[in-house]
Amino acid sequence: MRFRIFRYDPDKDEKPAMRDYDVALDPHDRMLLDALVRIKEQDDSLSLRRSCREGVCGSDAMNINGKNGLACITKLSDLKEPVELRPLPGLPVIRDLIVDMTQFFKQYHSVKPYLINEDPPPEKERLQSPEEREELDGLYECILCACCSTSCPSFWWNPDKFVGPAGLLQAYRFIADSRDQATPERLDDLEDPYRLFRCHSIMNCVDACPKNLNPTRAIGKIKELMVRRSV
Amino acid sequence: MAVARRSFDAVVVGAGGAGLRAALQLSEAGLSVAVLSKVFPTRSHTVAAQGGIGAALGNMGEDSWLWHMYDTVKGSDWLGDQDAIEFMVREAPKLVYELEHFGMPFDRNENGTVYQRPFGGHSQNFGERPVQRSCCAADRTGHAMLHTLYQRNVRARTQFFVEWMALDLVRDASGQVLGVTALEMETGEVMVLHARATLFATGGAGRIFSSTTNAFICTGDGLGMAARAGFPLEDMEFWQFHPTGVAGAGVLITEGVRGEGGYLLNKGGERFMERYAPNLKDLASRDVVSRAMATEIKEGRGAGPHGDYLLLKLDHLGPEVIDKRLPGIREIAKKFADVDPVKDPIPVVPTVHYMMGGIPTNYHGEVVVPGFSNGRGDAEAVVPGFYAAGECACASVHGANRLGTNSLTDLLVFGKAAAESIIKFLKENPGRKDLPKDAAERTEARLARLDGQKNGESVAEVGMEIRRTMQAHCGVFRFPDMLAKGVKKIREIADRVTRTQVKDKSRVFNTARIEALELDNLIEAARASMVSAEARRESRGAHDRADHHSRDDSNWLKHTLWYKDGDRLEYKPVHMKPLTARPIEPKVRTY
Repeated sequence: MRFRIFRYDPDKDEKPAMRDYDVALDPHDRMLLDALVRIKEQDDSLSLRRSCREGVCGSDAMNINGKNGLACITKLSDLKEPVELRPLPGLPVIRDLIVDMTQFFKQYHSVKPYLINEDPPPEKERLQSPEEREELDGLYECILCACCSTSCPSFWWNPDKFVGPAGLLQAYRFIADSRDQATPERLDDLEDPYRLFRCHSIMNCVDACPKNLNPTRAIGKIKELMVRRSV
Repeated sequence: MAVARRSFDAVVVGAGGAGLRAALQLSEAGLSVAVLSKVFPTRSHTVAAQGGIGAALGNMGEDSWLWHMYDTVKGSDWLGDQDAIEFMVREAPKLVYELEHFGMPFDRNENGTVYQRPFGGHSQNFGERPVQRSCCAADRTGHAMLHTLYQRNVRARTQFFVEWMALDLVRDASGQVLGVTALEMETGEVMVLHARATLFATGGAGRIFSSTTNAFICTGDGLGMAARAGFPLEDMEFWQFHPTGVAGAGVLITEGVRGEGGYLLNKGGERFMERYAPNLKDLASRDVVSRAMATEIKEGRGAGPHGDYLLLKLDHLGPEVIDKRLPGIREIAKKFADVDPVKDPIPVVPTVHYMMGGIPTNYHGEVVVPGFSNGRGDAEAVVPGFYAAGECACASVHGANRLGTNSLTDLLVFGKAAAESIIKFLKENPGRKDLPKDAAERTEARLARLDGQKNGESVAEVGMEIRRTMQAHCGVFRFPDMLAKGVKKIREIADRVTRTQVKDKSRVFNTARIEALELDNLIEAARASMVSAEARRESRGAHDRADHHSRDDSNWLKHTLWYKDGDRLEYKPVHMKPLTARPIEPKVRTY
């Protein structure tokens, strides 16, 4: 199978280049990550992140034939040859398919992604009805792979000011949690021309999410809450 | 080469469940803590845990820590230390409540309490009938727990060293542990992290087998570092084969599927577990189910064109239950087995999943070794400044076979316990011992060897050889001649590991170098496992020998200790006395 892979090692390359690989696959090689492991057996200098190989750790996000996705759950049989692989767009490249995710995590941390509840905790669990718990479905499952934020033009232009779809999905995850008490502060923090309102509902994030989550819907709900509290 | 140095109160190596729970405790105590991780914390392998956390909350019906304790001791085939087990099961509910207070999105019952599902080997009233003890968040419990713990650490402003790989332990002449050397992957820089206390929470080593549910990063780094520094590894012959890995892919399908009512079929459509475990059937403990499956395949009752897998049926649960309780499984089955479990059964095989052994500790998370020079020469002298928790540690709560859900319980309980031991140790020992001059010597020698190696073998090739050998010689069923040959082979491979070559010489994010350094750890885990397995002439829990079919309590009710130095073994007694409960005496183990 044929691949064209973005290669760049700042230690020796002046500029990036695409390199071609033709690799013989084993019948058990099912996913793109399997093929990348094969390529690395031939050329140990190819650098990428990978860990769980089942789509839950979020390490091996990359741009695959023009679309962001996880290599470990992208079937080889679904890919057009030569398969073109690039690092996630919009973030600085450290090397080959590895990008610097500092800005992405900074935005995630900026939404205070933790439960805020100042009441002294009860002896046992805080109670939450199944319906209240259901509000968190489609939110808590995010794996922080960055496929969404790095497919978003608003995040490309303002990665330092716009929280981006991944961070906003998590902001809403806590707003939606019946146990969290900080909704007003969370909304105040996002009421800003950039942090939230750079989202123009282009919906690339929804298309890119390998876990089928919907950041645009979550962002819509945050906007709705802001409108509701202003009237 | 001048190696940079930084000093901390405590260094935590690993940011999975145990490392993050410990880090939280240490940060909140106001200590200066460095948490090192090869990957961003939420990418640690805890993220892949599915089924739940074992704790006797009693939300679904009567439950008691005494029953949880009994199940765990019986599950361990009496090799678990009963003091550590009592400690774990009594702490468990508190830690689950605490996790809930941190914001963990547990599934809920109508009355608002945490939902609990049945799981293998967990029972009511000392083995009578299945109990619902597994606290879960759909089939993504590990993901929910790891993210919750990371989030709580963000709040506590824990200092992370992300994509730093610890390479070696630093010890002084007295043997005290004083930190680690580590490599920053992005720059290739080496640093000594000088610490008054060092905690290993480095996870398992499932990557020594070719068919494993474990992530690429599970390379036994803590075990390799400990073994190279002269510490023994305990009970490494005990490897859990999870009954339901996706055939061919190895990806995990949670036992929660059977907890929710799924069951296994052979090619004739027979629910064969009824023959092997008439009482708990598909919810017998994992070693029992995996052996039954391997027997079915061996005797020609496997399904599929080659008769080499079995079928996990769950369509009768209906799409509603599957989508609510097991959504991740449906996703995995579709992707990795081309099967929609709402309609068709999932092809599964026993797959390496968990390492019961590890770095020997007591139930305080302190590393204990025989005859430590500063100790009283007893079998379990505490090593000052060195702690371990989670899969890399052997407390031992899992003995010869771990019960499902007890791994997450272990991470929480012993992550916290180890941190509390550290806090106490630092209070009682306010000073800081100097680093020895040669603190980075071993690490520098390893890196220099790798940089200068010519005409060496590729890391991928030697790694493959380790995995093939472990899989063929140290599997579900073990044979004396295969084990003896396996020991010889693994020792030969160990020799080849010292001559591997990496072509990539870049300083920047050199993952080829990382894989070579991981291989140094994998080989120690593999050698410890094979040598310990060859020597244990009985069948107990996950260790099943063709020439010694039964458990032999008169000769083998003892823990193995393997030392790298001399590739030799020692043994130490099992703690049969709980903290307060009545001892659970060994008896025949049936389900």
